[in-house]
Amino acid sequence: MRLNRRTSATVAGAALVGLALAACSSGGSGDGGSGDDGNGGGADEVEVFTWWAAGSEKAGLDALVGVFNEQHPDVEFINGAVAGGAGSAAKDLLQSRLQAQDPPDTFQAHAGAELQDYIDAAQIEDVSDLYDEFGLTDVFPADLVDRVTAEDGAIYSIPSNVHRANVVWANPTVLEENGIDPAAEYADLDAWMADLDTLQAAGVTPLSVATTWTQVHLLETVLLAGLGAEAYNGLWDGSTDWESAEVTAALEDFEQLMSYTNSDRDGLDWPEATQMVIDGNAAFNVMGDWAVAAFEEQDKALGTDFVAFPVPGTDGVFDFLADSFTLPVGAPHPDGAKAWLETVGSLEGQVAFNKAKGSIPARTDADPSEFSEYQQTAIESFGQDTIVSSLAHGAATPVATLNAISDATSKFTSGASDLATYQSELAAAAQG
Amino acid sequence: MLKSLRRAGPPLLLLAPSLILVAVFVYGLIGANFRTSITDNHTAAQATGQEPSAVVWFQNYFALLGDEAFQHSLKNLVLYTVVFLAGTMLMGFVWAWLLDKPMRGEGIFRSIYLFPMAVSFVASGVVWRWLLNSNQGESASGLNRLFQIIGLDALQNNWWNNVSVGIVAIAIPAIWQLSGYVMALFLAGFRGIPDELREAARMDGASEWKLYRHVLFPQLSPIALSALIIIGHMSLKAFDLIMSISKPANYQTKVPAVDMYVFKSSFDYANAAAVGSILLVIVAVVIVPYLIRTNRQEKR
Repeated sequence: MRLNRRTSATVAGAALVGLALAACSSGGSGDGGSGDDGNGGGADEVEVFTWWAAGSEKAGLDALVGVFNEQHPDVEFINGAVAGGAGSAAKDLLQSRLQAQDPPDTFQAHAGAELQDYIDAAQIEDVSDLYDEFGLTDVFPADLVDRVTAEDGAIYSIPSNVHRANVVWANPTVLEENGIDPAAEYADLDAWMADLDTLQAAGVTPLSVATTWTQVHLLETVLLAGLGAEAYNGLWDGSTDWESAEVTAALEDFEQLMSYTNSDRDGLDWPEATQMVIDGNAAFNVMGDWAVAAFEEQDKALGTDFVAFPVPGTDGVFDFLADSFTLPVGAPHPDGAKAWLETVGSLEGQVAFNKAKGSIPARTDADPSEFSEYQQTAIESFGQDTIVSSLAHGAATPVATLNAISDATSKFTSGASDLATYQSELAAAAQG
Repeated sequence: MLKSLRRAGPPLLLLAPSLILVAVFVYGLIGANFRTSITDNHTAAQATGQEPSAVVWFQNYFALLGDEAFQHSLKNLVLYTVVFLAGTMLMGFVWAWLLDKPMRGEGIFRSIYLFPMAVSFVASGVVWRWLLNSNQGESASGLNRLFQIIGLDALQNNWWNNVSVGIVAIAIPAIWQLSGYVMALFLAGFRGIPDELREAARMDGASEWKLYRHVLFPQLSPIALSALIIIGHMSLKAFDLIMSISKPANYQTKVPAVDMYVFKSSFDYANAAAVGSILLVIVAVVIVPYLIRTNRQEKR
């Protein structure tokens, strides 16, 4: 077939016009979308961006939405949950949406220093006045309010739930088989390591751990045990010297603890490491208290099938991390977002959400008897312990610092650097 | 003037949409990426213009190339590429050579060898993560367990968890996936050589080795070069397979593409862009001479 010149020119022209039209129309619909914001305060709907898309997290979100619909029947809830990668897929998407100035009405983020990047970028609003409006200052522990207050003295998010990071999970059957009392209370890491030695000699994996972030998680509990709460907090504000002998001693403990762990750790994530304790392939596992859901899902009972206690040397300290909700700058429906934040901070919202998710309320006025046995012990500790911020979960440092610390830790635990190099790399990372 | 416009106009008009799209989305974005890489845009605040960012020219590049961690990534990339290339070329050639002999069931074997290519790196990576489990002795699984069962205990090793050459273990699944593709290329090459050439060589008394050395290999060299370029640039951009077998934070399996991802997730756009530019240059070093060569051949 042969086309004459005029036909081909017409076709080309038509193609160009089509393309131009397509470009215009997509631009036009974009304008239409943002045109909504202008009229009214945008209280008719709220898009809530989370990574709670499955399991107990999804159940928690559903329960929270139930309370939200009762408290604010006129605001439509739009679920913006993004699944995958324990939140990393959601964070990637959020990063580009904020960059493109197309924020959701509110998004989930770890409370504490992880928010610093958003604050510096002027992407989230100060919500301090909402704390007063909703009366949250009195019902959250003072320690927690301190920990979630940013450097400039303002608060940028409202925590929905609290988890504890410094918990050891153990399989009592494995311990008894090797002559160790599962009810033993360890005063410090040395006492614990004596038992780990016994297990190592018996050919059992004494301590299970997974990939880099769980190793950083272990590191933070060891630092907390070695330095105490005050000096541990000092690591993040610069008042504790990373090059000090105390830190060296703690890192030596960390090295020692890593020598008790499984060799396939870098290929695993936390559920597999915790599963090793559930299955009796390992004796101990250090993991945050979301692990309790893994035990309970498999009908294991606290006390008989598994035991849990604070990491030796950290008794009386609550190493916290919290999910929280923010108010992005330029949110299309700020009034809807405020309604959501009110529900998140309310007693009914926190109780419903945490009963389903397995974490504990950030509020201290919830009735503990409504919660499970483990949650009750956590609520009790949260009310009376010193509260410090978790490193591995973004409460203590901004993302860049955490990434640098993770890199240094992976280098050390994979055998590419020695302890002195590790310590100086950590010091450099913390300085940012 | 008008005449030449009339002659050149329609083709230009037809090409214009793709030219414009390529100009904006390929070359425009390469330019934008380069511009980011020469700034000190290392924080979220600078990315949104809350704090000023300045042009620092090639400082990021010098800092990266001087950084021990990035050198480790580059070394891993070289190791991975060399093993991946050598492995696929060797396996692909041997399979093609075997299948070139007249035999029954050739089609079945061809499909079997080509099939792994149809699986995504992410899906096969999940399986290979288990196969390449680094536990040895009692708790071994995957390939290490297989070695125990068949009595080759000495072959057990910690695979990708070896801090100096662990990345080579990740080349194994990559070789498994792409050898079939190289085989298909070589097979087409073998089939493209007329039988007369072989017959003529045999008539002249060439031994089997001489036949390959002087008649078949020279005919296959353009195919081999294409295969090298295709596999080579895939290997330089390796990311998905490594991410699904290992984790981005694992030091032993870091490559530049993983560094780029980690930089980006910590809001360090300047360094992420610089790593991207470095990767582009490395790929260009491989591809550009090839393009020039094919261009010359076409002109001839």
